[in-house]
Amino acid sequence: MAQKQFGNAVVEVDDEGFMADPAQWTRDIAAAIAREEGIAELGPSHWKVIEFMQKEFKETGQAPSIRKLNKTGIMSTKELYELFPGGPAKKAAKIAGLKKPEGCV
Amino acid sequence: MDEKIKKVSIVVSKGGLDGVYPGLIMANGARMEGIEANLFFTFFGLDAIIKKRMGRIKIATVGNPGMHMASLLGILPGMSAMATSMMKKTMDKLDIPPVPEFIEMVSDAGCRLYACKATVDMFKLKKEDFCPQVEAIINVGKFFEISAGGQIIFT
Repeated sequence: MAQKQFGNAVVEVDDEGFMADPAQWTRDIAAAIAREEGIAELGPSHWKVIEFMQKEFKETGQAPSIRKLNKTGIMSTKELYELFPGGPAKKAAKIAGLKKPEGCV
Repeated sequence: MDEKIKKVSIVVSKGGLDGVYPGLIMANGARMEGIEANLFFTFFGLDAIIKKRMGRIKIATVGNPGMHMASLLGILPGMSAMATSMMKKTMDKLDIPPVPEFIEMVSDAGCRLYACKATVDMFKLKKEDFCPQVEAIINVGKFFEISAGGQIIFT
């Protein structure tokens, strides 16, 4: 398991940069991962998605699918792709400090 | 690491649930990885984007060896509907949406959808027969033009 430094924090990550331990996650780390993923600043809509993903992960052990985010009214598919360009499910999970999503959809 | 795939164009040529889903899942999966994606529907694959048909796509229980069922049983009335409903329930649990919702989702994800001109002419269809997500009816030449610089997958 690799380690990665974000500001003063050192966290465990897998070889694709997903955090191994969600307990190590902080909002500052999230902002740092987001910048690495090309998102300069996390706005209220980003946080809404991130917080929902963390809540779902706590309850189910899995990050929610894009479909679920859409169906629950958290964020439409179109908006999700705009907020997290280049792969919303993966990027949002990474920024939220969750493991890489496993599902196909 | 090898260079990443940047673009895919997927041809959906078969009807029925098992004909339509693989292409949709691959196109959506491509968008989820940040890969540019096009879907080209041809022949019976066109059912997936025809307004009147997209919500009624079933799985064939006759002549489908993948069903592991004697064709004699498959011809019984309601067999195909039953198999379809069972499969749909399982898929919904896996968050795989029904065809109309899937078309909307993949389109919202930025995938572009096209209908094959030859088939449209053959079945005497019009642009109005298709769901609004279909961008255009195009010929094979245009399909290759749109696919330039990417991979083509035929399903």
